[in-house]
Amino acid sequence: MAPGMSAAGTIRHTLATPSWPKRIAWVATFAYIAYAVSLLDITWARFVDGIGHGAEFIGRMVPPDFKRWQLLVNDLGESLQIAVIASAAGILLSLPIGLLAARNLMPGWVTWPARALIAVCRSFHPVIVAILFVKAVGFGAFAGILALVVASIGFIGKLFAEAIEEISLKQVEAVRATGAGFSNVILFSVLPQVFARFIGFSTYQLDSNLRNSTMVGIVGAGGIGGTLFAAFQRFDYDFVCAILLSIIGLIMISEVISARLRATFQ
Amino acid sequence: MSGTGSLNQKSPANATASERADDARSLRIRGLSKEYVRGKPVLTDIDLDIAGSGMTAIIGPSGTGKSTLIRCINRLVEPTHGEILFMGQDLAKLHGKALRMARRRIGMVFQEYNLVERLSVVENLLCGRLGYVHPFLAWMRKFPQDDIDRAFQLLETVGLADFARQRADALSGGQRQRVGIARAVMQQPRLLLADEPTSSLDPKTSVEIMELMVALAGRDDIPVIVNIHDVELARRFAKRVVGMSGGRIVFDGPPGELTDDHLKAIYGGEKWLQG
Repeated sequence: MAPGMSAAGTIRHTLATPSWPKRIAWVATFAYIAYAVSLLDITWARFVDGIGHGAEFIGRMVPPDFKRWQLLVNDLGESLQIAVIASAAGILLSLPIGLLAARNLMPGWVTWPARALIAVCRSFHPVIVAILFVKAVGFGAFAGILALVVASIGFIGKLFAEAIEEISLKQVEAVRATGAGFSNVILFSVLPQVFARFIGFSTYQLDSNLRNSTMVGIVGAGGIGGTLFAAFQRFDYDFVCAILLSIIGLIMISEVISARLRATFQ
Repeated sequence: MSGTGSLNQKSPANATASERADDARSLRIRGLSKEYVRGKPVLTDIDLDIAGSGMTAIIGPSGTGKSTLIRCINRLVEPTHGEILFMGQDLAKLHGKALRMARRRIGMVFQEYNLVERLSVVENLLCGRLGYVHPFLAWMRKFPQDDIDRAFQLLETVGLADFARQRADALSGGQRQRVGIARAVMQQPRLLLADEPTSSLDPKTSVEIMELMVALAGRDDIPVIVNIHDVELARRFAKRVVGMSGGRIVFDGPPGELTDDHLKAIYGGEKWLQG
């Protein structure tokens, strides 16, 4: 608004000019939400009903049943193996792919195929990719590993490329000026600038893969997910609870380990 | 010299030295032009001979092509036309491996030091040897023992022996530039380029850096080309001053011959010269 002392005839300043396209976009958004709610039969009565069912469900979950702990430990172990192997392979593959996708170091004809590959890997949820791999290589952990390798490339490949695109080219220029070849330029001027961030992304991806490795089992790609799904279908809710608690424990342990790892490499 | 205001036809001060070692060690630039944008030349038809020893200072206002000229020599910038004759070859025509081989013998010192911040000081020095070391050995930090010994000696010389294993980003500006100079000298260069090496430093440190560069280059008899906008530093340390304006050489001679009239021609205006 106009500053003080305004008499008739002074120009009034306004902060925003009304924009009709914006208003129409807002109205259209709310209209669509209302339409979707009406279509999907979302009612208060069903929500109240659901609270009752939920309470009963939780009641049947306690106390958790750890009698089949050997199966639990086995499956968690398999999930862990899927996550670790997929992360290691995913990171190793993402390093060159991320480098090829970095637009400040590579020519366009190299970056666009690399970026396209990353985009394809990112397009599908790991469970969908897992379904495809179960069809391709059969039930079991191998399908899960392949699915999470794809997910890892899609995620950290992109982050690696972005980290490389943010480096200082002055350091690169200086190393290039000494007559160093391509590999030495990468090792001594690019890698030192991005290494700590790469470690951060990699541990984050390990966390993420651990979560996803507990899920790909639902479609038969190995790990604890399959057991969890089976327990649900048999209404073994106390065993379900034991599985969920174990997953929480596993994730928390991995958080601690990856935080340590990050701190070590900073 | 074909620069328009050229005063001196031969390289001054050390004519005999340049004649003695001329062909093997001198740098000859012929007809060098650079256009970043077509039709807008930053350098126009530069002819310049640099003798095989001593310091040559290139002075001139910002944006006049000093930095472009120096970067054309080691091809951090691609020249548009012209020849750069050095060690029996035309640097402007080199590609790939041949270019890297030539760069190994040309050291460069940068305005903002351009150290690899997260590497240790001694690793930064060893960057000067990367043109000679296989990537796998370099990655494993298995540099030849001679190189490592020389790096530590050189750190002693520039007064940073205690900082050898510290990360480069822990150093002050003056210390970083010492490392920058030491890295260039590690290359055992036959030519040292310095692009505004003192512009980011305070006056006292600037003088120390220039002294260090003159001393180290003098010790190994390396010719130095330094871009510098501080006329006083140029006068004090260089044997020869080249003045540039508008992408051309407008003065070339010993510092003693550089008058206020020349400075007016180089930098334009005159008010800044008074007082």
